[in-house]
Amino acid sequence: METMKLERTKRIRKLAVWTWTWVVTMAIATFGPEFIWDNHSFLTPFAIIVNLANGILMILANRDLFNHFDELERKIHLESMGITLGLTVVVGLTFSLLDQKDLIPFDAEIGFLVMFTGLCYLAAVLINTHRFK
Amino acid sequence: MKNKIRDLREQKGMTQEELAEFIGVSRQTINAIEKQKFDPSLPTAFKMAKLFGLPIESIFQFEEK
Repeated sequence: METMKLERTKRIRKLAVWTWTWVVTMAIATFGPEFIWDNHSFLTPFAIIVNLANGILMILANRDLFNHFDELERKIHLESMGITLGLTVVVGLTFSLLDQKDLIPFDAEIGFLVMFTGLCYLAAVLINTHRFK
Repeated sequence: MKNKIRDLREQKGMTQEELAEFIGVSRQTINAIEKQKFDPSLPTAFKMAKLFGLPIESIFQFEEK
């Protein structure tokens, strides 16, 4: 069990590192062109490519952690992902429609959907974990 | 699905943690199986049957819902 816990901790740390570096590279790619390198023709696409590569490594680290889950944890996370995917598509399209028809006083930015997806997944994992306690 | 995991584990004098370690799952999974909130996979059921020295059908009883 100790070996399992150590392996789990190692994979969680790896995911945390890739997630934080992805957030940092996203911030650099977003604000860098305006505040750091004055829209340099090479640095802007380079920063975006670095962020994309970092995101792919983050996804691989997440898959690595998922593959270490046991059968109950996999069930909890798979159900949570299913609920999150469904809600993101349905709520995202409703949100976009509301924006197109000018029924909300602001633009339907992708950032809102990303936040909604994250919160939805967190809530689904907590609820599903509680169900099996 | 009904099961006798808790009784068999206690007869063997094992904790949930020890059983989880032997089977290769988390303690929460053993707890959920004992409380019949989660049905284990076939490999897990076979590992339990091997540990307790009993056939699978005498540990797990299928119930029509």
